[in-house]
Amino acid sequence: MSTEAGAPTPAQPAVVLTEIGKTFSGRGRSVEALTDIDLTVAAGEFVSLIGPSGCGKSTLLRVIADLLPPTSGTVLVNGKTARQARLGREYGFAFQQAGLLDWRTVLANVELPLELHGMDRAERRRRALELLDMVGLADFAKQRPPQLSGGMQQRVAIARALAEQPALLLMDEPFGALDEMTRERMQDELVRIAAETSAAVVFVTHSIPEAAYLSDRVVVMSQRPGRIAQIVRVGLRQRADGTSRTGADIREAPEFFAAITQVREALRGRDGMPQTGSDDDQISIAKRAL
Amino acid sequence: MLRRAVVSLAPPIIFGVAVILLWQLFVTARHIKSFVLPAPSAIWTAFRTDHSRILTAAEHTGLNALVGLVVGTLLAVLVAAFAARLKIADAMVTPLIAALAAMPIVALAPLLNDMYSSTSTLPRRIVVAISAFVPVFMNVLRGLKRLSPVHAELMASYAASGTAVLRTIRIPGALPYFFTGLRIAASLSVIAAVVTEYFGGLQDGLGSRITSAVSATNYPGAWASVLGAVLLGLLFYVVAVVTERLAMSRRVDASQ
Ligand SMILES: Nc1ncnc2c1ncn2[C@@H]1O[C@H](COP(=O)(O)OP(=O)(O)O)[C@@H](O)[C@H]1O
Ligand SMILES: [Mg+2]
Repeated sequence: MSTEAGAPTPAQPAVVLTEIGKTFSGRGRSVEALTDIDLTVAAGEFVSLIGPSGCGKSTLLRVIADLLPPTSGTVLVNGKTARQARLGREYGFAFQQAGLLDWRTVLANVELPLELHGMDRAERRRRALELLDMVGLADFAKQRPPQLSGGMQQRVAIARALAEQPALLLMDEPFGALDEMTRERMQDELVRIAAETSAAVVFVTHSIPEAAYLSDRVVVMSQRPGRIAQIVRVGLRQRADGTSRTGADIREAPEFFAAITQVREALRGRDGMPQTGSDDDQISIAKRAL
Repeated sequence: MLRRAVVSLAPPIIFGVAVILLWQLFVTARHIKSFVLPAPSAIWTAFRTDHSRILTAAEHTGLNALVGLVVGTLLAVLVAAFAARLKIADAMVTPLIAALAAMPIVALAPLLNDMYSSTSTLPRRIVVAISAFVPVFMNVLRGLKRLSPVHAELMASYAASGTAVLRTIRIPGALPYFFTGLRIAASLSVIAAVVTEYFGGLQDGLGSRITSAVSATNYPGAWASVLGAVLLGLLFYVVAVVTERLAMSRRVDASQ
């Protein structure tokens, strides 16, 4: 599959975005969703996108995935055009909504990409069971998605995104629906899988601690039109001597809290106004502006 | 399971029995003439004495309905799949079929009768097939066209072909719609098969029995054949529902 056949050389970045702009136009009005996005994600790097809702995080992921054409600029994925990368199935995408097929069993849902790409039945069954075990849902293999909670459905969708061990994982707020305990466990699993398969991850989140915990770099975006406000280097998983730290180590380390503060300040922006979080925050910005 | 069946079947049965009792009471108390409205007891007597001939007639009508239903359904699924896959086909065919839906299709029966010999069942079966075609086509097409944005993006991210999308998402997603169409078509096919017989041709079905009994002023006999048609329609409907249940029990319907 993609990791075996087209493994990117270490020098080859997973994603290169050059002067990306995206304007949605239709029915007489147009929305400038992204402007001047320059970003390079190295192979195996974990990059989070964080920013106020509506700043274009999902749009940016879709542009990388070749699900939306950019209005301007160029996208390279593993050194190929975004289109070539999509046709070559070089990334896995975990969408904001789980998007499972309700008439298929949980197992058959995870098998979907493997089935579409012609893996034989026994092999894909084995692989799907392994993935379900990893997201803690092996006991639910024979159930249908409507019988599962929202968080469980999201875990099935994550297993499905990981099925082909892609060299690039694009994830749009994948842990948003999970409870805190499951969320931390999934974060650790994700970090482990990404490291094992040396996959690069572009990860959209609303949670500052999550971004700080997972990321090598946190890309802080600002609102309207969406642009990169600041990139915060974190990289807490790697010690200076090259060994890696465990989850609890990081979550209790002073550097973790320092990183959180740094991201939070970046989100507030230079003028000290809060920009992140819910739409309520945006309403309060609007009120203050009046 | 049994309990659920009882709970769902009891109200209509109780209501039906009540209506028949009131009907009987009304007809006997007011001395209603049998050509206006025969009593249920008179209809039942006619049904019992004629039951073997009604059964034979129901077999003929039922066969016309079945053949027309099967042919119409198969054609509808094929054309709907074609229209879902090809924009031009959709643009050309769908408005015509929508217009057909607004038309009383049995109105074609006398015209078709004249085109074929008077001993042919073909014109009847054609009318039934057209009647069944319309609801199946409309429903299946609606089901096939439905593709949620998240599923569309998912399949695009897999670089899946249009055929793969049809096979893995559109067809299974359209299954509940197909059965909705089939249920409607099953009832319509019996109605069409009976009514086409009102316009002459072979005298072997329930519709012919109804018209000949009426012209002989044998009203309880006519009503007995109507009862036969009702039972035949019920049979078609129940078979369609049971098929649906069997097919859907293996999966959870997305629209529920
Ligand atoms: N398909 C679309 N058509 C028109 N406008 C869109 C479309 N998708 C997103 N937008 C707009 O682009 C902006 C960015 O949206 P999105 O990328 O979903 O933001 P985020 O994921 O950061 O919350 C929003 O203003 C949104 O309304
Ligand atoms: Mg979003």
